[in-house]
Amino acid sequence: MSAFLALLKRDLTLAVREGAALGTALGFYLVVVAMLPLGLGPDLKLLSRIAPGILWIALLLAALLSLARLFEADHEDGSLEVMATAPLPLELAVAAKALAHWISTGIPLALMAPVIGLMLNLDIALTPALIATMLAGTPAISFLGSVGAALTLNARRGGLLLALLVLPLYIPTLIFGISAIGFAGVAQHGFGASFLILLAISVASMAAAPVAAAAALRLQMS
Amino acid sequence: MNPMQTLTQRLANPTRFMELSRAVLPWVAAGAALFIGYAMYLVFFVAPPDYQQGETVKIMYIHVPSAWLAMMGYAIVALSSFGLLVFRHPLADVSAKAAAPIGAAFTLAALITGSLWGKPMWGTYWVWDARLTSVLILFFLYLGLIALRSSLEDESLAGKLTAVLALVGVAILPIIKFSVDWWNTLHQPSTGFTSTVDPSMRTPLLISAVGFTLLFIALHLKGMQNEILRRRVKALRLAEVARGDRLASAGAE
Amino acid sequence: MLHLHADNLSVERGTRTVISGLSFAAKAGEPLLVVGPNGAGKTTLIRTIAGFIKPSAGTIALKGDVGDRDIGERCHYVGHLTGIKANLSAAENLAFWATFLDGGTHDAIRDRVEEALSLFGLGALADYPAGLLSAGQKRRLGLARLSVAGRPIWLLDEPTVSLDAASTELLARLIEEHLVGGGLVIAATHLPLGLEEPVYLRLGAQAAADPSAEEEQP
Repeated sequence: MSAFLALLKRDLTLAVREGAALGTALGFYLVVVAMLPLGLGPDLKLLSRIAPGILWIALLLAALLSLARLFEADHEDGSLEVMATAPLPLELAVAAKALAHWISTGIPLALMAPVIGLMLNLDIALTPALIATMLAGTPAISFLGSVGAALTLNARRGGLLLALLVLPLYIPTLIFGISAIGFAGVAQHGFGASFLILLAISVASMAAAPVAAAAALRLQMS
Repeated sequence: MNPMQTLTQRLANPTRFMELSRAVLPWVAAGAALFIGYAMYLVFFVAPPDYQQGETVKIMYIHVPSAWLAMMGYAIVALSSFGLLVFRHPLADVSAKAAAPIGAAFTLAALITGSLWGKPMWGTYWVWDARLTSVLILFFLYLGLIALRSSLEDESLAGKLTAVLALVGVAILPIIKFSVDWWNTLHQPSTGFTSTVDPSMRTPLLISAVGFTLLFIALHLKGMQNEILRRRVKALRLAEVARGDRLASAGAE
Repeated sequence: MLHLHADNLSVERGTRTVISGLSFAAKAGEPLLVVGPNGAGKTTLIRTIAGFIKPSAGTIALKGDVGDRDIGERCHYVGHLTGIKANLSAAENLAFWATFLDGGTHDAIRDRVEEALSLFGLGALADYPAGLLSAGQKRRLGLARLSVAGRPIWLLDEPTVSLDAASTELLARLIEEHLVGGGLVIAATHLPLGLEEPVYLRLGAQAAADPSAEEEQP
């Protein structure tokens, strides 16, 4: 367990010292959201209605692009190979790295969403539901994304390929996240069901994704 | 000291700059505190509330200087970038690097105060009017400058590439401004320092603008000092590392 | 006594057979130096033993030791890359690997890290960001991993690259100590490393009789 925590701590320390990665992800989030009114027109009623969807989709893109470098640095400097010879199974090392990504990128993006939502005239009453669904859904984004990052480690055009591979995997998270927010305004009952499914997707990807990602990494080390 | 050196060349000497800025900085900082303090006194105890906007108009005394400094900051970044790319002044890069986050901070302050100011008028924190949108895009340009610089490990290369981006930004800013105005022409007319603002408001606004400008200059000087010191520390550490290397190889023989 | 036996080992890379029908044994206390011209499969062999590459035929087995861990988890693999993070200090880098590869209490790890850093002549640079270090210093920091986590098998792939003479000597001394302590060392190298009585494993059809004859300076 101490090895898992050591890796988590190292990745979080690096995320803080290389703060540009988070800043870039947040900036990207802001820019993507800001582009939509310029394309759709500044109609606040329209923006308010589509705000949760825009915020979710932009969050998916921002998180996804920040995932592209999840294993890259460790691959380039040889850390990944040394990790493969450690007592800690590579699956758990992958999980530690994905967890660090969630803490250092997923949570800040989720907390930024309502602030950015102000620009879309997001209904303030929806803020708790928006943050709750994003916090519940972003683990799935980090962990499913880790599979894509592992698969595209040596690929040319890694970033585009990553988006092509991983965005379809994000569809369930997107659907249940939006549906939970949709219910939050109307009926508490429906919110609960969608929210639980969202959590289930996150838990399931936390369990399954590291196995697939570690297998992909092992194949590329040979 | 070579007498043929121009004033800018002498100022561009980092050691010179450190001496000079150390002498100037306390005065600039004190001036900033004095002007801002006096402006705030006028704003809260002397200036009348607006007949339309009531007390919320007081936000203007921070909002307008912030918006002005957001643009001035970008001008400083752009001029420094030009100085770096064309004249290769050693201080130009330091200046550009120090000005970007300060300019970004004032841009953010302009956005936040603008949105707080707008809430009672528009009924919402944000409307996509032309001026707010332009300032938002200026904020994006600042973010791009900061992100690009921090993404590159080679600091000298990072400085030059960021300078290129800053100049591209200057070239495209008028077009962005024009297109955003085209996109949305609904906004109250620009707040000028002369015509529409009543003298009872204009004086505190001017004093506030001078105070915040001095604050910007003080922050910029301090930021440049810090950057120079940081570079010196790094150079010293690299020298130490190289010395360790030499000692290790010398021990081999 | 620890033995490593490779039996009729074949390894393919893509469509090319790099190693075919190779058998050898490595014993604890005897350094096994893998030599051969470039492209003879030295790196491939080391990586196969470490478990990164699955052999297409043959087996590698560890004998004389109880436990069910595979070779990968009993070895230190030192390849061409150092596994050093530029934004962590030298001490932080090493402390991470000590915890990750071996574990132990916070204090014990700190002591081991301090000891290893001064052993490799990096004591004065402990708090410097590793990104500032020179190539040779980074390399030494990478090698310091060997002494902060105990592993019976050392797999070294060209460990002397970018090391000066003093550091190479230091590495040789470390290897000797490890061997005396019952450890097993397999190294792919161009240099004889100054070890006493090494066992040579020659790879490649045209492997020269004298390993120092076909040497290229790194």
